[in-house]
Amino acid sequence: MVIRDMGFFHSFFLKSRIKSPWLLHYDCGSCNGCDIEILACLTPVYDLERFGIINVGNPKHADIFLVTGTVNPRNRKVLLNLYRQIPAPRIVVALGSCALSGGIFREAYNVIGGVDQVIPVDIYVPGCPPRPESIIDGVLMALKQWAPQNKPLPGQDNPG
Amino acid sequence: MRLVLLTAFGLLTAPFLGGLIVGLDRILTARLQSRIGPPLFQPFYDLGKLWRKERALANPWQAFCAHGYLAAASIALALFGLQSDLLLILFVQAVGALFLVIGAFSSGSPYSQVGAHRELLQILAYEPLLLLVPAGIYLETHSFKIIDLYQWNEPLLLRLPLLFLVLPLVLTIKLRKSPFDLSASHQAHQELVRGILTDFSGPYLGLIELAHFFEIILFLGICSLFWATGWVGMIAVPGAVFIFQILADTASARMNWRWMWAWAWGIGFPLCLINLIWIVCGY
Repeated sequence: MVIRDMGFFHSFFLKSRIKSPWLLHYDCGSCNGCDIEILACLTPVYDLERFGIINVGNPKHADIFLVTGTVNPRNRKVLLNLYRQIPAPRIVVALGSCALSGGIFREAYNVIGGVDQVIPVDIYVPGCPPRPESIIDGVLMALKQWAPQNKPLPGQDNPG
Repeated sequence: MRLVLLTAFGLLTAPFLGGLIVGLDRILTARLQSRIGPPLFQPFYDLGKLWRKERALANPWQAFCAHGYLAAASIALALFGLQSDLLLILFVQAVGALFLVIGAFSSGSPYSQVGAHRELLQILAYEPLLLLVPAGIYLETHSFKIIDLYQWNEPLLLRLPLLFLVLPLVLTIKLRKSPFDLSASHQAHQELVRGILTDFSGPYLGLIELAHFFEIILFLGICSLFWATGWVGMIAVPGAVFIFQILADTASARMNWRWMWAWAWGIGFPLCLINLIWIVCGY
């Protein structure tokens, strides 16, 4: 949607986009190491909700798509389906070595490679597993991608 | 005329007040869980973001139902502001609740369907209790009109204490708070995704959130009727109900619908009836 009005409302809508990212987490077949670290971000120690981040279970409500694990020909369809169900604008964060490149499973016969082989990825968070601090850092960097005003909004292209 | 202006002003400020109440709720809940929690204005940021998301609908009925829900909630609040008939207000808000259910039923998603079924069970649990509240008020003041309630020079709470005790129970079910957040829980990702709200997205989810703000104000307003003789009571009574809600929400897990009915019909109903009989017998 084109941003038409300026001034207070314009800045309010931009600000609210950055201050209210809802996360959808999809595990493409990770060893659960990354998933446990994501859940750790929601605990009182790290408290992701400080940033207005809510972990939702519904792609239709999500803004940020966190993907962990290796993509294979089976879960590729699910990944693509979830990505298409997230209304634009949306941002994809690939989390952990496996989601980045396939990790140690890269050479396996059924592994396609990184998440970016299937859907466009905006932020890569390395680590096996990444620490909660770097996950939070990655998500906040994803939010900064939303800040520029004249850039076309990410996630408005449609793959495959 | 003054009343109309006040109502218009109230309708404009209600979303802000409702949003602040939700924001306060989220902060207090977070503090009770030893977290810091989101900023106070978080509900407005959420609304702003949802408003600018892509408009994706499963079918046109969803848009119709989301608008219908918002219309019913705001009309009910406007009627409350005009100090109209309490029964009329409750029926109008019931229409809004049904719009939400119809919207959820209109999509094929099983989670949406389960959520809608559970919401119907919730409506069935709280609606009879909610209608007994004006009945009790009528027996006491001989009027359903809020304008007459404000003339009454004795706090209703003293005459209708058991009926008032039912209100927090009704509110917990109505506003979908734990332990009665069966139909659209924030936490039940695995079980029902987002229940009744699953298939609403973007601006339409925003409309439903906005309607929810109106409903919070309406129901806290109904609580305030129980001590309508002074400003202190009108703020303290809904405040106490609100704090109780947050405590219950944080301290309890989600119950199943049988438990909800056991609470609403097994405990709520007798409380109402005892209070009504007590008034009729003239104690």
